Amino acid sequence: MPRLKFPAPPIPPAFQPKPKRPGTGNGKVKPADQAAEAGIHVVDWIDERTSLSGGLRWLMFRKVPRGTNWFYTLGSATLFAFLSQAVTGVFLAMFYDPSATHAYESVRYITNEAFLGQFVRGMHRWGSTVMVILVFLHMARTFFFGAYKYPRELNWVIGVVLLILTMTMAFTGYLLPFDQRSYWATIVGVNINGTGPLIGPYLSDFLRAGPEFGALTLSRFYSIHMLLVPGLIAALIGAHLYLVAKLGTTAPPWIEAEEDPAAELHKAEV
Amino acid sequence: MFPPRSILGRHHPIPPVSSERKEPKSKYTADRGIPGAFEGETVTRRRLMTGTVHGLGALAAGAFALPALGFALGPVFKRQKFQWQSIGNVADFNQTDYTPRVITIVSGIGEAGKSTTYVRLRNPSIDTEPEDQYNRVIAISTRCNHLGCPVRFTEAAGKFICPCHGGVYDFRGVREGGPPVRPLDRFYTRIENGQVQVGPRYSVNSNLKRFSPRDPGEPVDGIGQYLYPSRFSTPQK
Repeated sequence: MPRLKFPAPPIPPAFQPKPKRPGTGNGKVKPADQAAEAGIHVVDWIDERTSLSGGLRWLMFRKVPRGTNWFYTLGSATLFAFLSQAVTGVFLAMFYDPSATHAYESVRYITNEAFLGQFVRGMHRWGSTVMVILVFLHMARTFFFGAYKYPRELNWVIGVVLLILTMTMAFTGYLLPFDQRSYWATIVGVNINGTGPLIGPYLSDFLRAGPEFGALTLSRFYSIHMLLVPGLIAALIGAHLYLVAKLGTTAPPWIEAEEDPAAELHKAEV
Repeated sequence: MFPPRSILGRHHPIPPVSSERKEPKSKYTADRGIPGAFEGETVTRRRLMTGTVHGLGALAAGAFALPALGFALGPVFKRQKFQWQSIGNVADFNQTDYTPRVITIVSGIGEAGKSTTYVRLRNPSIDTEPEDQYNRVIAISTRCNHLGCPVRFTEAAGKFICPCHGGVYDFRGVREGGPPVRPLDRFYTRIENGQVQVGPRYSVNSNLKRFSPRDPGEPVDGIGQYLYPSRFSTPQK
């Protein structure tokens, strides 16, 4: 079967395959080479059927403008904060019981008795704060560098939706330990939603699943916190990243545009 | 390249492209903007099939999306039930001071479903609202009408004070200061065989006129009663 040929990619030299110099080796194939060959074979097998490598190259080996600096890593930092929340959240869900009578007890068990429970819960609890802070820093970077301007407005809009979803995660997650602070903070938060004119009373009934904080409130918040919003966030992060890769990043505002040599020449001629 | 046709043993001459195979343009279909339609046809087969497939797809998506939506929205439209709960003898309460009682707001969720109510007998010298069978005993809800924190009755001041943002209510529960938007809610009460019973919650405006229960932060004076309408979940008497 013929191997698929992709157009010459902008792969950095370190990643490019180097043929062996003639005369090296004695014709014997070393086990390490065999293992490497096997790995390459597997990757080739997948790539031949999916053509994923082109997309990966497109995503990873992008040209970035001059002046790119550490501020440009805030988006990736937020992404990793989200991944950390997702992973620790999945494992917390193995111990957590979203019922009004058992929630506090299950969180107490995670914190005090489960192996590494305090660590994983601490990661999730502090990680949520870190994620919110990183989202705002990332937003500030985008704003002050003017990176929201044409043609990146849609990415700003997606980012704002992601900000709102992140706040939704923080709000719904706050109830789950079900201690005094969680309970009263949620009462206050839901009542703030209720103060919206006309739809407010129905909105707060919707959030609580009834006119009073009841048996369904906690499970509703739990479902929103661990199923609904994370799915939306993951999908929108995909769209966000796609647009970043497609449109490229901006240079910082203090980098001045280079003079076009052809234009210089033209000016001189005139 | 395919082998020459002669090798396959049979010879199929390619018929010359006839200009007659092209369908003659119909002035009817061209005018209607439906290319390829037979004369008199209003919907082409392709269009019918496309529409059918789209319709079936929408039907299939609706088959799970609409019940899920109903599932999520259902509690908003569910009318709540309530039970009268006894909180003691009439003799346990007096006209000049509040006696706290713990009542169950939502059953089956333990402590989280309980709340405190301050109870006293009706005192005609200070309670100016009209008397009926439901307010011979006055049961004040401790839910602050700013954002729902629990208020305490401070005896030294004779006022209800909210710890969160400093809402202050007078002895009758009418707002005196701070951010609350209306007086403290009350519960319907009745006296059965000498026992005081507490029923569903109701809200009051600043003249202590009764309204269906509203959430905290929702005024019922003036335009407020229309901006924050009664909810479907309000229990029926």
